[in-house]
Amino acid sequence: MNTRSHYDVAIIGAGMSGLAAGIRLAHFGKKVCIFERHNAVGGLNSFYSIAGRKFDVGLHAMTNFVRPGVKGTPLGKLLRQLRIDRDEFALCEQKQSRIAFGPRGECSLRFTNDFAVFESEVVAAFPAQADGFRRLVTAVRTFDDVSLDAPPISAREAVRRHVSDPLLEDMLFCPLMYYGSATERDMEFGQFVIMFKALFLEGFARPLEGVRVVLRVLLAKYRAAGGERRMKCGVKKISAHAGRASAVILDSGEEITADHVISSIGAPETDRLLAASPGEPTTAAPTLSFVETISILDRQPAELGWGSDTIVFFNDSSRFDYVRPTEQVDPRSGVICIPNNFDYGAGRVLPEGIFRVTCLANYDGWASQREADYQADKLRWFPEVQRSARRFLPPLASDDALAAATLTTDMFTPRTIAKFTGHLGGAIYGATTKHRQGRTSLDNLYLCGTDQGFLGIVGAMLSGISMANYHILQKG
Amino acid sequence: MTKDECKQVVLDIIADIAPDEDLSNVKPEVRLRDQMQLDSMDFLDIVMELRKRHGIEVPEKDYQQLASLDSCADYLTPKFDALTGKS
Repeated sequence: MNTRSHYDVAIIGAGMSGLAAGIRLAHFGKKVCIFERHNAVGGLNSFYSIAGRKFDVGLHAMTNFVRPGVKGTPLGKLLRQLRIDRDEFALCEQKQSRIAFGPRGECSLRFTNDFAVFESEVVAAFPAQADGFRRLVTAVRTFDDVSLDAPPISAREAVRRHVSDPLLEDMLFCPLMYYGSATERDMEFGQFVIMFKALFLEGFARPLEGVRVVLRVLLAKYRAAGGERRMKCGVKKISAHAGRASAVILDSGEEITADHVISSIGAPETDRLLAASPGEPTTAAPTLSFVETISILDRQPAELGWGSDTIVFFNDSSRFDYVRPTEQVDPRSGVICIPNNFDYGAGRVLPEGIFRVTCLANYDGWASQREADYQADKLRWFPEVQRSARRFLPPLASDDALAAATLTTDMFTPRTIAKFTGHLGGAIYGATTKHRQGRTSLDNLYLCGTDQGFLGIVGAMLSGISMANYHILQKG
Repeated sequence: MTKDECKQVVLDIIADIAPDEDLSNVKPEVRLRDQMQLDSMDFLDIVMELRKRHGIEVPEKDYQQLASLDSCADYLTPKFDALTGKS
């Protein structure tokens, strides 16, 4: 007979949402264990090392930043609920970000952590849209975005009621979609509101050492609260009996029982654990995925003339197509991230320059190739992606200045994401259908994380917190 | 337990769950929500911390009894006394 362990709560996945749920439950005396298949925590927001260099995955910037004293926003709720002192995250604010549209970024809207800057940029570039934009902002501010049972409405339709210029409409959607939309072309208005607040009304920040600071804080809280964690310990099946999850079966065959199970691995991924035969194909809708190129530079980007922009959302075409590309990558639009361009304080700089570019990608185009072709395609797309992005940054002194400053590069693809996170189709923002209440077909099995529908790093943590509160702690 | 001691128990809990609030001038007769930013998640935490730290149970139907420090003291003091065997 297998060794048997029993927990009040078993959590599948040690990403941001699973860790946050675990902290809440352990703090209030529940016997909790988190099971993680990978050897690192963080899930979609993690880091890896190559030759002693640490690369962040996921995190460009932490959204939802507000300064101390601003209350009632997601960041404040998160800090309170997890008993984290805001100094522990040591967040440093962005310098400025931009939305740059047109073949050479001719139309550009700057934004910072001060919303008045963005508002004045919109009014200056789109004077005829000023009133409509302000009405939209009011609609966003007054929308009840934490309701767990709001009816879905189209964000495109809701925005068009106020904004009639398609260019401005697309420019507003581009950052919000890139930073959180699992659906093509349109978003649910509740998601739009959450993202609009997270990016524009609140803002961007980052710890100097990136995502590992956040993960370190979460792990320390979880450990101090008495939570258990088992790494390299995936769950391969959830057994059900009489409408309830009766046990989780680990990859090793070990059987764990728990009163409640929280799954952070995604809705279709969780369904797969419930399927009669594991590995049974699911009918999940095609997902959006991404490639990212990373260049490590021997100097600060400011020395190349790239010292102002923290994040740039770009698009070169007449309309912004947030759709799964037919080719492997769609380099027409994307996101540039220069992590050096946060205000880390006097004398504090990242030791090397970093230039990251993210574009939409097609999972199927990367998934089933032979290794040699896969590597060749990475080599082919890397310069394409960077060439596209560079059009939206200040011109370099010479065409080969970037190459001359580059120490090393890396690139991840939808295949990398699927391999390391277990998300089907290399999905970053989960499946297109969200489960706000986190319910599944089983009474004591709940979802948290991207498929519950709170997005971004702060959203992921709040998702874990909300589901732990709603399904377990509130019930005594 | 005196009512003042009971108010202090509640203030200590609020200080831990909402360290960004200034608790130096909380008026006991005024609703807590009207003096500081406390949402339903925070009230749930007050209830949970009362249970964790002091073994006091507050059923959901009684949450409104925690509206102000005075009402907290009126409601919770007998519960504390019952635990310690005083009546």
